[in-house]
Amino acid sequence: MLRLSLRTRRSLFPYLLLGPGLLWLIVFYLIPILSQGYVSLQTGNIEQGYTFNWAFHVYSDALSEYGAQFARSFGYAAVATVLCLIISFPLAYYIAFKSRHKNILLLLIVLPFFTNYLVRTIAWQTILADDGWVVHFLQNVGLLSHDGRLLATRTAVIAGITYNFLPFMALPLYVSLEKIDRRLIEAATDLYASRATAFRKVTLPLALPGIFAGSLLTFIPAVGDFINAQFLGTSRQYMIGNVIQSKFLVIADYPTAAALSFVLMFVILAAVLLYARALGTRNLQDAAI
Amino acid sequence: MDSDVTAPPADGPDIRLDRVVKRFGETVAVDGLTVDIERGAFYALLGPSGCGKTTTLRMIGGFEDPTEGTVFLGGRNVTDLPPYKRDVNTVFQSYALFPHLDVQHNVAFGLERRKVGKNDVKKRVAEVLEMTQLTGYEKRKPAQMSGGQQQRVALARALVNRPKALLLDEPLGALDLRLRKQLQIELKRIQKEVGITFVHVTHDQEEAMTMADRIAVMNEGHIEQAGSATELYETPATEFVASFLGDCNLIDGDLRSRDGVVADFRTHDGAHLRVPSERIDPALNGSPVRVGVRPEKLTLLPADVPAPDGANVLRGRIEIASFLGTAIQYVVHTAGGEEFTAIEQNRLGGGVHSLGPGRDVLLAWDPAHSILVAKGGTHAGA
Repeated sequence: MLRLSLRTRRSLFPYLLLGPGLLWLIVFYLIPILSQGYVSLQTGNIEQGYTFNWAFHVYSDALSEYGAQFARSFGYAAVATVLCLIISFPLAYYIAFKSRHKNILLLLIVLPFFTNYLVRTIAWQTILADDGWVVHFLQNVGLLSHDGRLLATRTAVIAGITYNFLPFMALPLYVSLEKIDRRLIEAATDLYASRATAFRKVTLPLALPGIFAGSLLTFIPAVGDFINAQFLGTSRQYMIGNVIQSKFLVIADYPTAAALSFVLMFVILAAVLLYARALGTRNLQDAAI
Repeated sequence: MDSDVTAPPADGPDIRLDRVVKRFGETVAVDGLTVDIERGAFYALLGPSGCGKTTTLRMIGGFEDPTEGTVFLGGRNVTDLPPYKRDVNTVFQSYALFPHLDVQHNVAFGLERRKVGKNDVKKRVAEVLEMTQLTGYEKRKPAQMSGGQQQRVALARALVNRPKALLLDEPLGALDLRLRKQLQIELKRIQKEVGITFVHVTHDQEEAMTMADRIAVMNEGHIEQAGSATELYETPATEFVASFLGDCNLIDGDLRSRDGVVADFRTHDGAHLRVPSERIDPALNGSPVRVGVRPEKLTLLPADVPAPDGANVLRGRIEIASFLGTAIQYVVHTAGGEEFTAIEQNRLGGGVHSLGPGRDVLLAWDPAHSILVAKGGTHAGA
């Protein structure tokens, strides 16, 4: 057996720890992404096969043809993320600061995950159905006209996304709020801050990392989602995920699908960087201490 | 609110608690506490953990609502006011510095809430940072500072507001001994400099004695005795105070007569001790009592030497003699079965000279140094 000096073994140890993860990323992330990059620059069709010829026009064609779906994806995801934040913040705040049954409430938040994503979304078809109680109720209170419907509308798709991704917002928010030392809020009120000012000047800044993490965990998968648009909307609500899915699996137009995927990835990356800049990376770091 | 509650006059005590009770469910944390704290005093609330001292402080600060009773600040009834409407500031036990703000903004927090002008904020923050020796640390975050520095930031953050009173909740508890000693002196200096009333909660009797002008010894939700360190040490009113502040040798017995200047006390094993009558609290009438004497007041004499005239004397045998450098500490087993501690200054040099373990000795002290307290931990009136 190979005998290594203690120093060599010590210096190799970090790589040993990193190894499995690194290998996983290379095999299941780096190689596929390079191969898709290669595919995205090909032309041809499914019968005669595709050939690689630096076809950058695939990108411009894809963008100009599916600009509407891109815009819709980012719009829906942004609205759903904001809705998730508005619903989750009071919820997470209550669980972190006021509740005596934290574990039960946290369990309730993740409980939907015990049901399959697809099944949950299809269940919303029933909830939002034209003869369902939600539609009846909204018609009765006058929020919906008598022939108005929810299913197959923008509202339904956004509601479905909001519902499905709510836990990804609520849990990081809870974690960051739970970490806040109550005595800091006492200290703020001791220093002449009203409850509202103490919230604005102490609680909220210290919850920023949670808001940031929750927004990313909600927004990024929501932009690429196609399940909600497919089951709760129509082709007029289709998002970019629906296009990519059908190009890959139905039409077999691989280069366009790959190009759309790359564009989506870069736009999300740019959006996240802008968001981090807006919240202030310094604030995020400091609050995380 | 009781109708017979009267606010103190405006030039009266800075802080008055009037028959304040605080219950947490079944537990009584503070039990009918009445206290006046004079303007400009350095006032310590001293007691073991769970005695209600922190709850009392939190009621002054407004963080707890009294179940019964009234809190006055500067002559004004503030019982129902939230903390942010009270003109007092707190130095919290764990400092509670805002982790996302630097020193400058931590200290300016209170002034900014009160809409003090930008230039004034700058000036006052700079002043208080100088006083607390933190100049140059303005841009540091709390996490980048040592415990002692964080403590000073907490102090600066409270002082900069020039409150009527500063409340300190075990402010030095988290620091090591050397730093604590240093900051005790610094706190005292700052208090003299600003002239603000300080209310200081601590379980450390030495800390209270070093810093405070007045000390209230608390036990089980009430004040056992309040006074200067000297008063509490030399004339404790209860057994609890006698044993909480320093060591005290105590012996059971009965008061035989209390006529004249000197009362006669007969110990349980028949020895007679003299106690100045003025030391006897009339409230003790008939209740069981104990006589006490501080270790440093005792003189040890060989058993065959005649006792000095007029002294209180007990017989005993030395069990342990320990050389402490500045002093020698003896543990003496008395004829009545008590274990007395005696401390003699090392004036002669050479350690435990002629008095070693096993020697029969006389424990003698001046009757004026006798302490007479009610037996048991509680106050005679409670």
